[in-house]
Amino acid sequence: MNTYEKDEKNVALKLHYDVANDDFSRAGEASSKIKKMLKQLAIDANIVRRVAIATYEAEINLVIHSNGGNIEVFIKSDRIEIYVEDCGPGIENVDLAMTQGFSTATNVAREMGFGAGMGLPNMEKMSDVFIIESELGSGTNIKMIVKYENV
Amino acid sequence: MQIKYIADVTNAEILAFKQGIDHEVVTAFGSDLMSDVLAYVEEDTLLITGLINQQVIRTAEMLDLKAILFVRGKTPCNEVIALAEEKQILLMMTRESLFTVSGILFQHGLRGIKI
Repeated sequence: MNTYEKDEKNVALKLHYDVANDDFSRAGEASSKIKKMLKQLAIDANIVRRVAIATYEAEINLVIHSNGGNIEVFIKSDRIEIYVEDCGPGIENVDLAMTQGFSTATNVAREMGFGAGMGLPNMEKMSDVFIIESELGSGTNIKMIVKYENV
Repeated sequence: MQIKYIADVTNAEILAFKQGIDHEVVTAFGSDLMSDVLAYVEEDTLLITGLINQQVIRTAEMLDLKAILFVRGKTPCNEVIALAEEKQILLMMTRESLFTVSGILFQHGLRGIKI
C-alpha cells in the first residue's frame, strides 16, 4: 500500500497530460482540463475541488522543479487516482520537502505566487492516500487517491 | 456580500466578467501567495491580491472562486483578463492597499475565512 504502484485495474477512464518544465504561461492547463472532465462526469463538487487542487499543485511543481513530467488520472467507480511522474532531478530529502514552509523554488516561481513550501503538504491534505518516492538524479513519483465519500 | 456592493465601497473598477456582479461571496481572503490561497480557501470567497498573473486566475478556477479584487492599482494584461472572461471570474481593481481594502470590507460586515 505504501509503495508507488500504478493500479490499472477497473479504470473507467484514464487521462494523461504532459507538463513541460519552466512553461509558466501554460501551467494550470492540464489541471483545468482534468477539472472540466470531472465536472462533465458529474462527480461530486467537493471531490472535483480536491482533485483540482492536488493536480494543480502537482502541475506547478512539475513546472517549477522538474525536467518535465506527466500527470495521469485514473477515474474509478469508488475513487480517483492521480499519478505524477517526472524525469528528475529528484528530491534530496523527502521529509524536509514535505515540511510546511520548506521550499527550493526559484525567484520566478515566487513571483508567480508560489514557492511558499505549501505544495506537497497541500497535496497530502487533499488526498486520502498520498505516496511519494524520489530518487536523486532519477526522478519523483507521486500517487494520490481521493475516495468518493459515502461509497 | 454582493460583488456590486464590494466594488462600490472599495471604489473598484470592473475589469472582466461584469455579468458576475450580482454574485454573493461568503468570506474574503487577502494574499499574494497562491499556495496559501489553495491551502486555506474553502468557501465561496472573494480573493484580494496584488498579484496579477495568470496563476491567480488558475488558482481561482481550481477553487471555484467567482471574484478577484486587485489592490494597489495593479491591472492584469489582456491575456489574463481574457482567461478570466473564459472562466467566468469577475475581476476588479482598486487603487487602495490590501490593508485598507480589508478594513473597509470588514467594517461593512465581510469576514475572513477560518484558518
